[in-house]
Amino acid sequence: MTLVDPGLTAAPIDARPVRRDPIARLSPTLRYGLYASVLVLILTTAEQLTDQTRLTSANTWSSALELTLPIALAGLGGLWAERAGIVNIGLEGMMVLGTWMGAWGCIEYGAWAGVVLGVVGGALGGLLHAIATVGFGVDHIISGVAVNILGGGVTQFANLELFDSTNQSPRIPENVGQVRVPGLNDVVGGLAGDLTDTSVLVWLAVSILGLIAVTWRFHPSRPFVRPAVITGLAAVAGLSLIELAPYLDGQQRFFVSEVGRIVSGLTDELSLVVVLGVLAFPISGLVLWRTKFGLRLRSVGEDPVAAESVGVNVYLMKVVAVVVSGAMAGLGGVSLVYLFAGQFRTGQTNGRGYIGLAAMIFGNWRPAGLALGAGLFGFTDALTLQSGQTTRALLVVVALGSVALVARALITGRWRSALIAVGAAVGAIVWFNLVDELPGEIVVFLPHLTTLLVLTFASQRLRPPAADGKPYRRGESG
Amino acid sequence: MRSDRVALSLVAPALAVALALAVSTLVLIVSGNSPEEVFGLLGEQLTRVGELTKTVNRAGPYYISAVAVAVGFKMNLFNIGVEGQYRLAGVVAAGAGVALPLPGPLRLLGVIALAVGVGAGWAGIAGALRAYRGVSEVISTIMLNAIAFGLTPFLLTRYFQEEAASGTIDFATRTAALPGGGRLPSLDALVPGGLPSGVHLNAFVILAGLVGVGYWVLVWRSRFGFDLRASGANPHAARTSGVDAKRMTVFAMLISGGVAGLVGLSSIIGAAPYRYTDESFLAGLGFTGIAIALLGRNNPVGIAFGALLWAFMDIARTPMSRADLPREITTIMQGITVLSVVVAYQVVSRIARRRDAAAIARQVDDDPEGGTSEPSGGAARVGSPA
Repeated sequence: MTLVDPGLTAAPIDARPVRRDPIARLSPTLRYGLYASVLVLILTTAEQLTDQTRLTSANTWSSALELTLPIALAGLGGLWAERAGIVNIGLEGMMVLGTWMGAWGCIEYGAWAGVVLGVVGGALGGLLHAIATVGFGVDHIISGVAVNILGGGVTQFANLELFDSTNQSPRIPENVGQVRVPGLNDVVGGLAGDLTDTSVLVWLAVSILGLIAVTWRFHPSRPFVRPAVITGLAAVAGLSLIELAPYLDGQQRFFVSEVGRIVSGLTDELSLVVVLGVLAFPISGLVLWRTKFGLRLRSVGEDPVAAESVGVNVYLMKVVAVVVSGAMAGLGGVSLVYLFAGQFRTGQTNGRGYIGLAAMIFGNWRPAGLALGAGLFGFTDALTLQSGQTTRALLVVVALGSVALVARALITGRWRSALIAVGAAVGAIVWFNLVDELPGEIVVFLPHLTTLLVLTFASQRLRPPAADGKPYRRGESG
Repeated sequence: MRSDRVALSLVAPALAVALALAVSTLVLIVSGNSPEEVFGLLGEQLTRVGELTKTVNRAGPYYISAVAVAVGFKMNLFNIGVEGQYRLAGVVAAGAGVALPLPGPLRLLGVIALAVGVGAGWAGIAGALRAYRGVSEVISTIMLNAIAFGLTPFLLTRYFQEEAASGTIDFATRTAALPGGGRLPSLDALVPGGLPSGVHLNAFVILAGLVGVGYWVLVWRSRFGFDLRASGANPHAARTSGVDAKRMTVFAMLISGGVAGLVGLSSIIGAAPYRYTDESFLAGLGFTGIAIALLGRNNPVGIAFGALLWAFMDIARTPMSRADLPREITTIMQGITVLSVVVAYQVVSRIARRRDAAAIARQVDDDPEGGTSEPSGGAARVGSPA
């Protein structure tokens, strides 16, 4: 049972003709910065047009971050497993194990022990999946379904035995601490005394201009200097922005204060679980794409027979990948306990394991893409906590988004997605004028609908690992 | 060799049962419960008419859900969206079924047709996306599930809600009850010795049986079924022999969804309250259906056993907690059973393959000319589904 038609995976990786695309030439840092700015601009404009303030409030964005995290971590778990060729539909069950072990560990041994035990719980679920799929060669989806059933049953049973309740644990007595992400002053302030807001502004401007200059002037073939300089400048820009967030917020200017609010929403008073979860992304990216181990792991997912022929221990790689996958899902489960409920509850995961898997495919089996997909779900979740008026403004966001895509098409020549977006925009505007507010029942599934539409129009450009979901036996190269 | 293979096919279920019993016993002992007590209780339940009737009632929707999943499995399609399909079908069939201008038993057929139509349509979206846009049906059905969960209360509160009787304020979200003609009769009279009070044998199980026969005829006794199984077993070979894979994908999903649409009817045409309410409508049957389809190895008779076993374990929860035993143990035993079946069949099929290979090697050794031995493609045959 493969997830994708075999004919699809055999297609050439990139058959499109090379186009002149200035946006693609930007360094990733600058490109993401550009996308983020456009997004904030769209949200701000939509707010102005509809007299709303919630789209860019610090509250919305900090709860969006927290709501994104469990989905994103489940997706990251899926990424680890599928990069090694194992489809992990058991993420949901592993998450459940994480929630219960996390809550139990916290109650028994303290906050950090709970985090560790939750991660271990998810990893144990991963180990079971690994034993079934790698050890016994069981179909991946079948094993995953069994893990989901077992995860629910085992946790309910354990909860009944230990806490005498079938549907919830006691509240966790303590939680991990919170931090504010350090700004420029926290890093360099000690050396030269605190900088004034104005001088931080100068730092910000200089670093952004520097980034643009480096991207344009340095040829990408210079191997070490360019990435080093870009990373350094990006770090300075980021730190300055964090430092400036309250100042920008106080400016009461179009776009500027919204940037400030969003940045402070995303960086102020973060639970350490959030920090841990967010850090898992760059770390996973580095391990999987920049280390020998990661190369071997991914080679197992692309062509296990070839990997075997050059001496990679395919079984070991797959087992490690699935155990890490479970650990990530377990951390996602822990975050549900620590950030929201404050206890274990049955049904707490609410399908987030599956949604994480969808976010991963949405993100084309890449960490940044899957974070974006998960963010879509998290942001909409955060907005549904608000009134229907706010969510109605989302329709304006869709319309403005299509304007942005048309602008991009003018630069890059990618008209296909732009035209589809224009169609969506027309629909959104009609809908906006027909209703006063979006029914809550419909807002709930907007991200799912969006995912479905994106997959419908972009699935041909997605490329899963070539041997994803295929059984592999050592020595049976067929 | 033939008898050998029959023996092997019996070994797998025996091994599965033994494995499931052993692991369950182990779990019971480790968790400090007495296995004799638990298994004794389960054995006792086998002798009670009331509990057995409840088991049969519950097995009906399980069976239909598992068949819906199995139709997809036969073509290597994983319909994880049965959950959303039967929910949407249930609310539309119950809500629109009341309004159908049909007399008597025709209304029953109308309700069933509505349910099948809605289920098939909803699953058909996933089928079309898979066939023509290459979208994995696993993901699209998960998304469609979420959309169905949102659409159901939307449709219910806006279009299908029972109007409150005049003068009363009634906020209950439910459809109006189906008139008598839209209901299946009860089969209580057929039970020898009568039933305990409050327990009824619902005719819904007959519908489940019809679905099972239909599934068998369609998949194993029709040209379409042959093409379906061929596409599932070897898509490339099927394509070469002229099977339109895209069309088959869409049809398989339509059938799977159509069957799925029937699942939710158990509490709408089959039993009280004969309407859709959030409380009475059974949730989670889609996922249970996946497990039961695995248990039954996609075989109509095997699925029936799986559904009955699953329902039996569900019904055991009440006596369990009455006897001060943790009832969650039944859920764990269900999970263990699925894993045991899957692992047992995997191990047996691998042993069979190895023995076949050894046998062929022996034949080749005995007869270096290789001329007279039968062209045994046994290795390929054992692994393939029934």
